[in-house]
Amino acid sequence: MPLGSGETLRLSEKLKPFRERVKELSGEDVGLCYQCGACSSGCPLTDEMDLLPSTVMRMVQLGVEEVLNSKTIWICSSCFTCQVRCPRGIDVANVMEALRQLVLRRKYDRVSIDVLPPEELRELPQIALVSCQRKLTG
Amino acid sequence: MELPRWNCCGTVHALAKDDVMHHLAPVRVLLRVEETVEAGLVDEPRVVTLCAMCYNTLKRANHLYRNDSDKRRVIESIMEKESRPYGGKAEVIHLLELLKELGWEKVAKRVEKPLEGLKIAPYYGCLLLRPRGFGVDDPEEPRIMENLLEALGAEVVDIPFKSRCCGAYHTVFMKEEAAELSYKILRQASEMGADVVALSCPLCMFNMADRQGLIGRLFRDFKGIPVLYFTQLMALAFGLEEEAHLDENNPDPRPLLRERGLWR
Repeated sequence: MPLGSGETLRLSEKLKPFRERVKELSGEDVGLCYQCGACSSGCPLTDEMDLLPSTVMRMVQLGVEEVLNSKTIWICSSCFTCQVRCPRGIDVANVMEALRQLVLRRKYDRVSIDVLPPEELRELPQIALVSCQRKLTG
Repeated sequence: MELPRWNCCGTVHALAKDDVMHHLAPVRVLLRVEETVEAGLVDEPRVVTLCAMCYNTLKRANHLYRNDSDKRRVIESIMEKESRPYGGKAEVIHLLELLKELGWEKVAKRVEKPLEGLKIAPYYGCLLLRPRGFGVDDPEEPRIMENLLEALGAEVVDIPFKSRCCGAYHTVFMKEEAAELSYKILRQASEMGADVVALSCPLCMFNMADRQGLIGRLFRDFKGIPVLYFTQLMALAFGLEEEAHLDENNPDPRPLLRERGLWR
């Protein structure tokens, strides 16, 4: 099913394991989300995302594993604005990290600093390179 | 004193619940803090950070180590070659918190050259304030940097984007998108009348200062605005011009400070 196609989804037994895996890895009870959209409205990076953070939360609730193909999980920079504003006390950044980890643990790296030209690599501070590698490589 | 044998904290707190390995680096730093007390070098096991990311990573690892006995046991077992396990006694504070503890009046008394007439927009970014429970101040309405700048004699310009993300590590592989985020913050500071921006994170510093050349190429209306680490402004106000190392900032804040009578 294509992402965001608007089709009706129902939580079936078949879809439960994914939801449970995310819950276990993130430590967050995604079932608490009631889709108010506070995370999406405060997120500074939605311009670059294909799915809003609240849509990602809904897909995880419903157990739709295709959410792992979303660009959004790589765009989230863990700024924690959503964590501060969620009225249900969910740390959405933890959920995003869990989704990234599920992909990265399949021997996948989102980025490789090997492709950076030497002059760009030289100007980048260590703090940028280390945090980038920590977030986007396995 | 500088912490002996310190190591990089890893810059970000590992958020996945089963990721224990990445807490080793910050816990090792915390153990070094306890060791300095044992060696009689300091009285209290307190470590002060100047970086928002170190602050966050060390503070969160400390919290996890103290409160999650299972993970603590795993970390201890991996660190068996250390002199002893970390006892959970270190306290992580940011320099802004230490200054607040000393008292703003005391800070103000040290001022030799008040930053009068200088309009400064404090920029907190993310990890100095968030997640809730791990910041130096209220995550939505912080005052700590404002209090410091006022003690230094400056005029504070409150900008709505003061705790909005600068683009962080996206500066590596999405530098134009990150530059746009920083541009919006800097433009708002200029539009609201700020002369300079003050901050407390080396990654924010890179994105908001060193990337201004790129920002200028992407956004033709961008005029540039000096960005200073809050400690540089302290040095300037305390009459420690050389220690401010303003020659290392890009863009150079000295012409503007000279205009305001704050630089020779």
